[in-house]
Amino acid sequence: MTSIGTGYDLSASTYSPDGRIFQVEYANKAVENSGTAIGLKVKDGIVLAVEKLVHSKLLVPEANRRIQTVDRHIGLATAGLLADGRHLSNRARDEASNYRETYNSPPPLKNIADRLGLYVQAYTLYSSVRPFGISTILGTVDQDGPGLFVVEPSGVFFGYNGAAVGKGRQLAKTELEKLKLPELSMREAVMEAARIIYLVHDDAKEKEFELEMSWIGPESNNQHVHIPKDLFQEAEAAAKAALENFE
Amino acid sequence: MDHFPTNWGRPRNDAFDAYGTYPIHQRPKNDSFTAGVQRTQQPIVTGTSVLAIKYKDGVMMAADNLASYGSLARFKDIQRLHPVGNNTVIGAGGDMSDFQYLQTLLDELIIDEFTAQDGHTLGPAEIHEYLSQVMYARRTKMNPLWNSLLVGGFKDGKRFLSYVDLLGTTYSASTLATGFGGHLAQPLLRAAVEGNEDTLTEEQALAIIENGMKVLFYRDARSLNKYQIATITAEGVKITESKHIETSWSFAEGIRGYGAQTQ
Amino acid sequence: MDHIDWNRLKTGEVNLGTSIMAVQFEGGVVVGADSRTTTGSYIANRVTDKLTHVHDRIYCCRSGSAADTQAVADIVHQHLQMYSQTAGKPPSVHTAAAVFQKICYENKDALSAGIIVGGWDEIHGPSVYNIPLGGGLFRQPWAIGGSGSTYVYGYCDATYEEGWGRDETVEFVKNTLALAMSRDGSSGGVIRMVVITEDSVERLFVPGNELPKFWEGHEVLAAAQPRKKGVPDVVPMAVEV
Repeated sequence: MTSIGTGYDLSASTYSPDGRIFQVEYANKAVENSGTAIGLKVKDGIVLAVEKLVHSKLLVPEANRRIQTVDRHIGLATAGLLADGRHLSNRARDEASNYRETYNSPPPLKNIADRLGLYVQAYTLYSSVRPFGISTILGTVDQDGPGLFVVEPSGVFFGYNGAAVGKGRQLAKTELEKLKLPELSMREAVMEAARIIYLVHDDAKEKEFELEMSWIGPESNNQHVHIPKDLFQEAEAAAKAALENFE
Repeated sequence: MDHFPTNWGRPRNDAFDAYGTYPIHQRPKNDSFTAGVQRTQQPIVTGTSVLAIKYKDGVMMAADNLASYGSLARFKDIQRLHPVGNNTVIGAGGDMSDFQYLQTLLDELIIDEFTAQDGHTLGPAEIHEYLSQVMYARRTKMNPLWNSLLVGGFKDGKRFLSYVDLLGTTYSASTLATGFGGHLAQPLLRAAVEGNEDTLTEEQALAIIENGMKVLFYRDARSLNKYQIATITAEGVKITESKHIETSWSFAEGIRGYGAQTQ
Repeated sequence: MDHIDWNRLKTGEVNLGTSIMAVQFEGGVVVGADSRTTTGSYIANRVTDKLTHVHDRIYCCRSGSAADTQAVADIVHQHLQMYSQTAGKPPSVHTAAAVFQKICYENKDALSAGIIVGGWDEIHGPSVYNIPLGGGLFRQPWAIGGSGSTYVYGYCDATYEEGWGRDETVEFVKNTLALAMSRDGSSGGVIRMVVITEDSVERLFVPGNELPKFWEGHEVLAAAQPRKKGVPDVVPMAVEV
């Protein structure tokens, strides 16, 4: 950490002499400490999956969800600070609602990603605020078909066919690249997503985690909802089995 | 010098109040400024009656497809029954632009509930309560939403049917009708439904509703013989395609004159 | 105000008395309008252009107050430019109509604007939206508006058919507007039309001295004169059986 002690890392409003904004880089560290989140854009839909690290056995299962619903057709998964994720999803809901109010039609995800990018970027400009400690995966099936975007702490956003953020993103990306995403059905994508989350989970460091998955597509009437119980259990069981064969 | 601040900047109306003798709280109402501050609008593109009854399996509602412009039958293909969520239908009479505004409000409400993903959904009782609060708040601002609405639904094994209008007035009954329907169809609906809510089949309910719609077509000059029927049951919401009802006119062929005339 | 003020015009305001129309066909939309603008019974402009461009493939027809509808069209035009820049693609006709509707509805107490929006877009193809006085939004295969329209509802109902091509649609618009202009004192002048398709926007013009001609009647009260050959008797109105 060359930045430490130089004084250039104390505020997002100050560049280091070589043109970096350390606070934004630290925000990325916050993302890297978090459980993995992935998104798959497949033939006719989107699947989101999150490895939710459970830091206490006392927590109620399925509480503190990291996948949020922004609009009927838009889902959002975050890796990083949970509270930042909730704040940004609320902002995304407001943006979606405003778009609907102005144009009397459902917002395209590109528009929402654009607006969220602007919003997140504004938090990299001032000494009085801290940049968002999250990377956000946005998924949709809108008028342009399935769409998948990632918004980073710097405010940049990119479109993807498969996305992974958080602790296990490198391995997850390698796994995603092996898949023929455009040919997968949504059900197949659910199985793969569960498998990847189980695969990237590091048993040695973190013992407990909870799998969280959602989808959008014809199977869910083009609405963003959590995966139905039976399919979820099937995918989870298959993921566990695959992991045992792998090891 | 005019000592009444409310008169400042206003043209003097010598014909009515030459000397500005009115105290502030009694300013003459018929000066040229009253038109400028009038906010209660009038309905322009309007829908007529909505009918609804409870029956064995749920609630049945009907409204025709006409939006009138004064006496002009301007839009003959609009839908006045609107599903809200999976358990509710609202039917609207009155101003259609205000009805469209209410649709967007309710859509927003349903999306807010959906995005919360907390396992709850809004049922007809909640939607009716929300509407009544909106309608009353707007009438209190002297700027009402010019509608009479019926809210019908079925959730958790319970039927729901209530009314709310531009004043925020609400009431419930096992038969309801708005507008002209309140005068013409409501007595027929009551006679057929009251006491039989738990035994009426869907076919019987349909016959009762269709009879009401027929009478309205005969006697309401702002109605159309093209209408839709919504049923809200345990199976969810169903809204039919537009349909017509058989009417009878042939009896009139032999009528001559208006009194003693025979040919 | 104790009377119903249908037009909601302020005294002395310039009025687009108007006959306007838009019709969709297989590949596009024809929008049309007369060209008369009046203040009371004086024709303030006899060659007005009431067909207003709001985007590359979207036009609107304006009726009501000239000042109000110009202001609204200008705002929508600005809004759609912003939209196409940020979205990176042209707006749909529905989007344009929704923006018109929002303005008309939220300011219904202040505006007298009856607007028809027509155009072509990639998602829905050709479409026509009607936004009448109170600020409702209604999609229609054909729409007529303005004071002249009330005289030609019957003609349109009887004549319009689905599945027309461009030329039949242009004829329909031209004839309807000519009929409306001939019966409505607040409409007149020339017929302007715009044909909007995926590939082009084409302006059509019918001068006021070349309007389609229809039956204009002849004097019958002077029937005391000897009957001219070839002209049938004026018979009393038939009693309905």
